[in-house]
Amino acid sequence: MGIIMKTYTYTEKKDTRSGFGAGLAELGRTNPNVVALCADLIGSLKMDEFIKENPERFFQIGIAEANMMGIAAGLTIGGKIPFTGTFANFSTGRVYDQIRQSIAYSGKNVKICASHAGLTLGEDGATHQILEDIGLMKMLPGMVVINPCDYNQTKAATIAIADYDGPVYLRFGRPSVPIFTPADQKFEIGKAIKFTEGTDVTIVATGHLVWEALEASKALQEAGISAEVINIHTIKPLDDKAILDSVAKTRCIVTAEEHNHLGGLGESVARVLAQHNPTPQEFVATNDTFGESGTPAQLMDKYGLNSDAIQNAVKKVLKRK
Amino acid sequence: MPNIKELTDLTTQVRRDIIRMVHKVNSGHPGGSLGCAEFFVSLYQELMERKDGFDMDGIGEDLFFLSNGHISPVYYSVLARSGYFPVEELNTFRLINSRLQGHPTTHEGLPGIRIASGSLGQGMSVALGAAQAKKLNNDDHLVYSLHGDGELQEGQNWEAIMYASAKKVDNLISTIDLNQQQIDGSTDDVLPMGSLRAKFEAFGWTVLDIEKGNDIEAILEGMKDAKSLTGKGKPVCVLLHTVMGNGVDFMMHTHAWHGKAPNDEQLKEGLSQNPETLGDY
Repeated sequence: MGIIMKTYTYTEKKDTRSGFGAGLAELGRTNPNVVALCADLIGSLKMDEFIKENPERFFQIGIAEANMMGIAAGLTIGGKIPFTGTFANFSTGRVYDQIRQSIAYSGKNVKICASHAGLTLGEDGATHQILEDIGLMKMLPGMVVINPCDYNQTKAATIAIADYDGPVYLRFGRPSVPIFTPADQKFEIGKAIKFTEGTDVTIVATGHLVWEALEASKALQEAGISAEVINIHTIKPLDDKAILDSVAKTRCIVTAEEHNHLGGLGESVARVLAQHNPTPQEFVATNDTFGESGTPAQLMDKYGLNSDAIQNAVKKVLKRK
Repeated sequence: MPNIKELTDLTTQVRRDIIRMVHKVNSGHPGGSLGCAEFFVSLYQELMERKDGFDMDGIGEDLFFLSNGHISPVYYSVLARSGYFPVEELNTFRLINSRLQGHPTTHEGLPGIRIASGSLGQGMSVALGAAQAKKLNNDDHLVYSLHGDGELQEGQNWEAIMYASAKKVDNLISTIDLNQQQIDGSTDDVLPMGSLRAKFEAFGWTVLDIEKGNDIEAILEGMKDAKSLTGKGKPVCVLLHTVMGNGVDFMMHTHAWHGKAPNDEQLKEGLSQNPETLGDY
């Protein structure tokens, strides 16, 4: 089966974390084994609806993320499907060894759901803006890593991971961003989605950068450059074939993500290309740096994570073909 | 009535298993393992309600979680001698391609193990989750866990201890192996923890001491009391006073044998103090 081709239509703006909340609420109604845990961030994670409808299946852990990961691992013993909720920083770096031993190595069916990932958390600054979480989580054997791009995709991904037996890291964000994928989509773990067909350059993007890639492709089109935009929502397992098929045609690639260039999607793509079809690649990602306070838009501009940055990267990579 | 002679014989055999396993690969943790031999035998032979065979979810039976995973030799020996896997497999302890990893894991599919442990301080949280799953499943069986005393220096324990009483997880009996030793010396030398009873009580647990933690009858009596205290709105903590290295005289009362294997002579001496009862593996 080839890559999934989808058209996209902008509808409105909404935060991806609300997509998680909506997906979790739906799971509460359809899957009696789904339970939810939160470390004192119910409102931020949009878990209210699930809790209201299923109070007995919700566990308020308090500000104790290590304990939350262990309890989640324990709840799987007895057939529960735990979804943990806290910020991405506290879902990964703070509890890495708990996830490594009690969840990943133990092969537990825990869904680690992480909001406020990346710079777009905004004003709280670098203590809360993790840009290393994809790298941390993809290095864990057996861990699935997903970074959906809008409200609808996040909702669909939340629902889909309940049916997958194994540990999953689901990463989403805080700001309102365009909704452009369909509300009725079926989410397939590990299957890339092609939003535009192109011949000059492949743009592979994840999370909030997918919309920026689509905006970039429009601008590039006007400049006579034909870009193929591929949404990699699942960083691990990576859809190698989708990437290789596209670069066989375009012969150059730009990767775009709200994450450090070390350890992110770009590096995963580079590994596949190095092994199978060495291809010029440019990275739209943060450059081994911490973030800082500011509005999401200011930060994405300052750290080079928007449509303009993608267009510049495309122009650069085209010269290297 | 439990047959104390049979349990004592099994414990002696478990001690032999522990020192033989560790000697063979010249690595592993005999001290804490020996100190908990009576406890493991009592738990698996008398105290826990167990189903035949093994399934991960363990619905309809009591569960046990070992948090201080380095005492895997005693765990493996008692699991094997309780029927979870062939006793001969103890021969593979810490060898390449073995299900009996240095620290216990689910990763190789060894029956009886429900969580990986080794990196300390994580087991109580896992036991809490399993206990809460039992409540959701209307399963009135108990969850047992074992922790080293030195292990309580890990902060995650105190998150779990606070949570357990706050959420009234009263189907959990957490036992602390109070041998007062850790790798670098006595717990009082390394990081004095004061009164664990006072700490657990302050955190809202019911606490019970078993002063003779290497006496099977005392363990059975104390754990029976602990069981009778479950289901009353509070988690139960058992402070099990043990002697590290118990049953092998030169390993007793010292941290020196925490993670050290006996040499040939020492093995011979240790085995002579624990004559074969049920047959070596």
